[in-house]
Amino acid sequence: MISISFIPLLLALVLSPLLFGVINRTKAFFAGRRGQPLLQLYFDLWKLLRKGAVYSRTTTWIFRAGPVLGLAAVLVAAALMPLGNFPALIAFPADFLLFAGLLGLMRFCTVVAALDTGSSFEGMGASREVFFSALAEPALFIALVTLARQAGQLSLSTIFGPLSGAHWLDSGPVLALVIIALMIVLLAENARIPVDDPNTHLELTMIHEVMVLDHSGPDFAFILYSAGLKLWLFAALIVGMVVPVTNSVWLDLLLSTGGVLVVAVIVGVIESIMARLRLVVVPQLLVGAGVLAAMAFLLELTLKIHNPS
Amino acid sequence: MILLLSAMVVLLCGGIIMLLVNRVGKNYSWLGAFTVVVAAVMGCIPAVEVLVGGFTLEFRCAWSVPFGEFFVELDPLSAWFLLPTLLLSALSAIYGVEYLRSWEEKRSLGPVWFCYCLLVIGMVLVLVARNAVLFLVAWELMALASFFLVTFEHELESVREAGWIYFVATHLGTAFLLAFFLLLARETGSMDFNVWVNQRIHTQGLAGILFCLAIIGFGSKAGFMPLHVWLPEAHPAAPSHVSALMSGVMIKTGIYGLIRAFIFLGTPPLWWGWGLIAIGVTSGVLGVLFALAQHDLKRLLAYHSVENIGIIALGLGVGLLGMNTGAPALIVLGFGGALLHVVNHALFKGLLFLGAGAVLHGTGTREIDDLGGLLKRMPWTAATFLFGAVAISGLPPLNGFVSEFLIFWGAFKGGILTSGPVAVPLLAVIAGLALIGGLAVACFTKAFGIIFLGEPRSEHVAHAHETGWAMRLPMLALAFGCGLIGLLAPLVVRGLRSVLEELSGIQRDVVGINLATTTNTLTFVVIGALTFLLVTAALVLLRRSLLAGRKVGTSATWGCGYARPTPRMQYTASSFAQPLTDLFRPLLGTRKRIVPPNGLFPVGAALKTETPDLTHEEMYRPMFERANDWLSQVRWLQHGKVQLYVLYIAITLVVLLVWKLR
Repeated sequence: MISISFIPLLLALVLSPLLFGVINRTKAFFAGRRGQPLLQLYFDLWKLLRKGAVYSRTTTWIFRAGPVLGLAAVLVAAALMPLGNFPALIAFPADFLLFAGLLGLMRFCTVVAALDTGSSFEGMGASREVFFSALAEPALFIALVTLARQAGQLSLSTIFGPLSGAHWLDSGPVLALVIIALMIVLLAENARIPVDDPNTHLELTMIHEVMVLDHSGPDFAFILYSAGLKLWLFAALIVGMVVPVTNSVWLDLLLSTGGVLVVAVIVGVIESIMARLRLVVVPQLLVGAGVLAAMAFLLELTLKIHNPS
Repeated sequence: MILLLSAMVVLLCGGIIMLLVNRVGKNYSWLGAFTVVVAAVMGCIPAVEVLVGGFTLEFRCAWSVPFGEFFVELDPLSAWFLLPTLLLSALSAIYGVEYLRSWEEKRSLGPVWFCYCLLVIGMVLVLVARNAVLFLVAWELMALASFFLVTFEHELESVREAGWIYFVATHLGTAFLLAFFLLLARETGSMDFNVWVNQRIHTQGLAGILFCLAIIGFGSKAGFMPLHVWLPEAHPAAPSHVSALMSGVMIKTGIYGLIRAFIFLGTPPLWWGWGLIAIGVTSGVLGVLFALAQHDLKRLLAYHSVENIGIIALGLGVGLLGMNTGAPALIVLGFGGALLHVVNHALFKGLLFLGAGAVLHGTGTREIDDLGGLLKRMPWTAATFLFGAVAISGLPPLNGFVSEFLIFWGAFKGGILTSGPVAVPLLAVIAGLALIGGLAVACFTKAFGIIFLGEPRSEHVAHAHETGWAMRLPMLALAFGCGLIGLLAPLVVRGLRSVLEELSGIQRDVVGINLATTTNTLTFVVIGALTFLLVTAALVLLRRSLLAGRKVGTSATWGCGYARPTPRMQYTASSFAQPLTDLFRPLLGTRKRIVPPNGLFPVGAALKTETPDLTHEEMYRPMFERANDWLSQVRWLQHGKVQLYVLYIAITLVVLLVWKLR
């Protein structure tokens, strides 16, 4: 039992940088280009880890501590996230609260490190980051409570088990609404289009990228790797709801890992077919996600009254 | 019990001695602090004993006041509130020794220490009083002592105004409490709390009225929105160590009173839970939004107290819903989370106010936008403030996360088990807490980032200096406490056992089982937190070994190639909060005054934003102005002639006598 609960963490650690490669390849496909190698982020990480670093004279130990604490937080969060049918390394009731708390801590560290540079660009990014994440937070939690109610379980590792095909037949609309809400949260939390454009080259319009402008060398490697892990974890959250449980461990492994990569492809498709929203419209999207999740919860309430099985 | 009573006597004697020995230029602050510390240690011993043992200590003695009896009792609930009160009183007193030093040449510090001691006595007495008359006397003592502390710098107009608002607010609250106690006394024929506990109120209507009176009376002390108006005025006006004490523990006496009232009122109907959750969401969300819009550090922290009181109210609401539906898990998690948050808030809010005091002491300003880069000049204050900021944002691995975790978990547990009328308010708890958490991160990254990081924004920072040890030690102790509760969470929550048994009225073993589940889960949380610390340590080593021997250079911050940035080009607190304050402008009523840049070669431009308290401006000010107009018709009664006042008294007495003899 213990041995298979290492699997989600190991896969996340090893494969998460691949997600950016998949997204980039998808976008390249839509644009008719060949695109970067799938393993580009691995190369980048390797290159950055072998470099020295340059620090702004304004910065203090906060700036140096930010990436380290952020990576540590997301690593522990990775130990809490199951993958499909495989339980997480650490599982207990309401573990998703610790998961969300650790991601909050990661955000706190990134934002504070950005403000440490005294740059107004990074201040701008920091301000937008806390703004959007504050609005995304309720959507995430309402989606989680709906999911928990649907499964009758309070731990991430046990929530996904009971979610079978029968659930989809029985209360498909609820789960679909939750998935849409979680997908929007994923895009917002991971700084993807339509909330943020990771490829933009204008500091004024960036959110996440601008916050880490001044980081270099191993620090920046930590940041990139944390971002990959975070994307993997959110993708795993969605995949757990969709992927069916089979009898074979290997098939389960294949399906859930494939599922995460499919989420990356979907992110790539979304980025290819739509532009990023204006900053003033983003709150509407995020509040909309919260409303969708709340509707799912209310729908779930009424469904349970009609057939109290 | 004798130990606690002698602690109060020590405080009283110490206060009087301080009043007598202190002169202008003669400062015996250390003696005052010493008294408070001794009294706190004496008081903590019985409190810990009661909490661990789960028994009750009492002391009765006759009192000549009608219906009054000097009846004090230390039960687990009182002890739970008593511990943070005494701890923070002692630490703030030590801090005060250094903080008040800059006034020693200008005035005598005797009255401040006297009032400080009285405030501590008042708070302790409120927590242990078991007779309504004694309770109200203690309540007044607390209010008056803190009023004189708030108006410490009474030569400033703004401070006098703040003191006045506080004075009116606290007495209006007391008026509702008086009605609450009189109604209860009429119903039961006694002023004794223990009688009230045994004869619970069974009339639903009366219980509802009493509930509302308690919410208004105690809520105005605790700072429920919209009864919070005095907090953002009084906390900034008071000396910082007093703000820490008032915000950290004094407003919690309101929460204590409310919980005590629940014990008197019996099984709660559903709408009480709904009501408290509505109050909690309103106070929490609006509190943090107003905090975001503030430019004054201490005002920001004061609004954050409103937010945290909101979180506590959410916990109480979950607990009440649990009592109503007979779900012990909700009772344990809701009340447990709320009670733990009381202690946690005392620690981190005390810490943050002391930090704000250190900033004010070091730079002479509370304006966030005038500060910046203080971390380099005040490393200790900055580090401890960072602890407080992470803790108050409810992030692991510190204590704020643990109490919010319990409330959240309770709401989730109820959310998956219960049906509509209970599940919907619990959904509001979840959404509200999530939004509050996100906004708190925004608010405290702003406060910490703008004040301590970046480059200095004004001259104020240039002569900033780090505090001495008397101010530094209390901050370090509180930061340590925040970390300790975060890592010893299961142990601390186990200490809640006797408190929960007392207030929930459910069976001992049911509480025990639920508490055991809770502590088991919290053990996992602590494992997660410890793993986080270990991973951090490993990564620090990894980073060090990676950078060892490589070229690590310094340069200017990246500004798109612009190499001569000035501090004025930094983002400010107002600009950081602008997206959020703009989005919530209908709720905040932020006023903007813009002088836009004009012409081809613009020289001057200005932007000024201001967020006055909406309830104060739109609700209380018109209300009091109207009352003032109306009451001025009877102003002829007031003419300043003492003889006529004596006549009024005599006439009243005669009328009362006649009425009695009738």
